[in-house]
Amino acid sequence: MMKRTHFLAGAAVLLASVSLPSLAAAQVQVGAIEILTGPAAAYGIAIKAGLDLALAEVNAKGVLGGQKIALTVEDSAGNKDQAINAARKLIGRDKAVIIIGPTLSNEMFAVGPVTNERKVPIVGTSTTAAGITEMGPYIFRTSLPESDVVPVTFKKAQARGVKTIALMYANDDAFSKSGFDVMKAAAEKLGLKILTIETFGSKDTDFAAQLTKIKGLKPDAIGISALVEPVSGVVLQARQLGIGKETLLLGGNGANSPKLGDIAGAAADGMLVGSPWFIAKPDAMNTKFVADFKAKYGKDPDQFAAQAYDTMKIVAQAIDRAGAADSEKITAALGKTDFSGVMGPFKFTAGRDPASSDGVVVLEMRGGKFAIAQ
Amino acid sequence: MLAQQLINGVLLGSTYALFALGFTLMFGVLKVVNLTYGFYFSAGAFFALHMTKQWGWPIWAALPAAALASGVVAVVLDWLLLTRLRRINAPELASLMVTLGAVLALYAGMTTWLGPDIRRLPAGVLGGEALVLGDLRITEAQILILLATVILVGGLLALMRLTPIGLALRAMAEKPDAAGLMGIDTAKLAALVSLVCGGLAGAGGVLIGLNFNAIQPYMGEAMMLRGFVVIIIGGLGDVKGALIAGLLLGVVETLTAGYIDSGLKEAVAFVMLVAVLWTRPAGLFGRAHIQRA
Repeated sequence: MMKRTHFLAGAAVLLASVSLPSLAAAQVQVGAIEILTGPAAAYGIAIKAGLDLALAEVNAKGVLGGQKIALTVEDSAGNKDQAINAARKLIGRDKAVIIIGPTLSNEMFAVGPVTNERKVPIVGTSTTAAGITEMGPYIFRTSLPESDVVPVTFKKAQARGVKTIALMYANDDAFSKSGFDVMKAAAEKLGLKILTIETFGSKDTDFAAQLTKIKGLKPDAIGISALVEPVSGVVLQARQLGIGKETLLLGGNGANSPKLGDIAGAAADGMLVGSPWFIAKPDAMNTKFVADFKAKYGKDPDQFAAQAYDTMKIVAQAIDRAGAADSEKITAALGKTDFSGVMGPFKFTAGRDPASSDGVVVLEMRGGKFAIAQ
Repeated sequence: MLAQQLINGVLLGSTYALFALGFTLMFGVLKVVNLTYGFYFSAGAFFALHMTKQWGWPIWAALPAAALASGVVAVVLDWLLLTRLRRINAPELASLMVTLGAVLALYAGMTTWLGPDIRRLPAGVLGGEALVLGDLRITEAQILILLATVILVGGLLALMRLTPIGLALRAMAEKPDAAGLMGIDTAKLAALVSLVCGGLAGAGGVLIGLNFNAIQPYMGEAMMLRGFVVIIIGGLGDVKGALIAGLLLGVVETLTAGYIDSGLKEAVAFVMLVAVLWTRPAGLFGRAHIQRA
């Protein structure tokens, strides 16, 4: 008899342990890969803040009839190998049905093929280089590629009388190089004369040699494609070397960050930057987002947080419409996205890129802050 | 334009030299490749940021205070990390690995604590206006860097050549055991070298942070690569060599970017490094080290 009770107790324990995973399965596992440490951590941390803010709203209602989304954010530290490992961990261990990120285009080129092979959808929120979504049918992005944003900025510059231009870009970073390719194409299409093309490294702090050369050529404008830190450095040094307001400075997506004003201050005044989002965009959803963000984190959101915020909601909707936490079904549902968020109305093209660039605004730096360019 | 490019080159070169001074001294006297050096550079900049921003100190007070504070950090870290290794006469690789691990942890810890954002010293700490001489332009921060480099190199050379401490340091660099037997307190001297080197790194961090108006935890790491090249070209432990090598590297890099192709700028340091190692492995001014049995 003793033996029998022991056996029963053992069976009960066994049963309990078997039933545990099904309890845990009431959550939908979503992964994200962002840069949370290292020199480029500012981007990943802004994105994580946007994701978390949206997640709190999503989980208040739940998806698939009340299930919560469990978001696991892995740190890539801006390193391709670490990003790949993070993707393998999210898919293998955490059983993530969809992945958000990674932060940089460089990393997406490494991670995309891995997730695509495992048939897990991945949605970039900040990857703007050309050729990202072409890597495979499971790769999406919600960030407008630079090729949609930069031409709008350049057109504005031309309207202000720019005829000649010098281009500068960071040649050790896929995002910056791709932005430069877009700038070059846009300048050629508009018939602007490219006087010179200069390069630098993403971590450089000295650009005096390149800028002195450009100053000698007297271009009407200088187009700079790089992340915000080197862009700010270029702008500061350009002013130090006596390149004045008569030369219009044009930035790509990297320059579209409040940090440009923080670092470069008044030196950046007059710089034109195209943006898919603007903090002072006057619609109800956007003002609520900005207010909520400020309340939660005590600072203004940037476009990376805004894009991440919308993306989390787009992903949650897709999971809901898929009807199951299943990667294949979610991929199909993502393709049919019809969403309206802080960036404006959103749909994917057949090529899994954002469908419309109507939301692009050209911003101008004034007194260290962005305002809508006249 | 050539004149401005030469000025650009000298200024860039003096930032390299300024960074490399303490690094080469640490290497030359203590005989360790101390990779935490870059961290003192970042730390100095953050100390000055705190002093000028939170306490409202003027830059002329914050600069030496930040240098001293970084020096103290260097003494503590050196004591924590390397005392034991020195006592058991551990191979050079051991100190390299220990400081490599430590510096990664230090940078990451600093980023976690202070955040990854780029900060700037308060506007108005230095006039941002450039001095204009005809077509040439040079900013106040750049003049400060140039002056500081000259003064620090002069001071270091005087310390090494003219004082009893300098004599003791040179003896210790030559043969630490023999120096100990001659009554030199090598442990105290090692702490002094750490203090001076950490201070030099900290001062460099403040000045270079001022010049580029960007302070962030990883700023020291970005300088390390060039720092290595400069101290190897200049000769390990050679203060004058570091100055000349730094200036040379800055000018050649600038002229390459200005007149040949900016894409080649990154390659300059390494081409020079390989060329020097092939032809003069002890550095431009180094004499071959002879070891007799």
